[in-house]
Amino acid sequence: MTDSPGLHFKTFLLILMIVVFAPLGNVLLGKGMKTVGPATHWTVGDLWSVFVRISSSGYIWLGVASLLTFFVAYMLVLTWADYSYVQPASSFSYAMVALLGYLLLGEVITPLRWLGIATICLGVLIVGHTPPRTTSVKV
Amino acid sequence: MREFLLLCVIVVAGTGGELFVTRAMKQIGEVTDFRPAALLRFILKALTVPWMWIGIGMMTIAFFALLTALSFENVSFVVPVTALSYAAGAVGAVLFLRERISAQRWIGVFIVCVGVTMVLLSKH
Repeated sequence: MTDSPGLHFKTFLLILMIVVFAPLGNVLLGKGMKTVGPATHWTVGDLWSVFVRISSSGYIWLGVASLLTFFVAYMLVLTWADYSYVQPASSFSYAMVALLGYLLLGEVITPLRWLGIATICLGVLIVGHTPPRTTSVKV
Repeated sequence: MREFLLLCVIVVAGTGGELFVTRAMKQIGEVTDFRPAALLRFILKALTVPWMWIGIGMMTIAFFALLTALSFENVSFVVPVTALSYAAGAVGAVLFLRERISAQRWIGVFIVCVGVTMVLLSKH
C-alpha cells in the first residue's frame, strides 16, 4: 500500500482506539487487583485462591474486555504499519493511564512522577513524527 | 527485588510477545476488508500461524505478571515504568523484524527512557 491520506486516517483512528482502551483496561485491572489483594504466601493453594478471586472480579473482566478491544485494534494496525512506529505512538496510553489512575482511583502522584510522565509523552511525540512504514520501500 | 523481577518480566515478555505477534501479522498481510465475516476469517487465519501462539503465550505471562504487580503497586507507577519496552521494542524491531529505525526515533526512545527513570526515582 502507498503512503496515502486514507492510510494515515485509518492508522489515526485505530491508534485513537488503542489510546482509549489500553489505559482504561489497565485502570480497571488496577482497581480489580486492589480489591483481590496480593498473594501472601506464594504457595499453590494461596495462588489458586488469588486466581479464583481474580476470575470472579467484575473489574478484572471489564479490564480484560477493554484490553481485548485494544488488542484487536493493535493487531489490525500492525498489518500495515511498522511495529516500531505503532508501539511508541500507542504507548502514549502509558502516560494517560496515570491521569486516569489519579482521577478515577485517587492515586497520589508526586511532581517528579508527573515530570517523568510528561517526559515520556515528549519522547512519544518525537517518535510519532516519523513515517508509519520503513520496510516496504523496496521496488 | 520481587517488584524488580516482575517489572522485568512485564517488559521482556510483553515486548517479546508483541514482536512475535507482529511477525505473524506481517506474514498474513495487510487487512483491506473490514466486514465482520472477513475479519473473522482473518482472525482464524492469524491463529494458524505458530508465531502468533508464541506471542500470545508470552503476552499471557506478561499479563499475569502485570496483575501481580498491580495487586501491591499503583497503576500510575507500574504502567509508565513498563514504557521501558520502547527500548526493548526498538532493539527487537531491528534484530527480529529487520525494521530500520531512524535517528529521530532513537532520540524519542531515549527521552522516553529518561522519563521512565524519573518515574522510578519518584518512588524513593
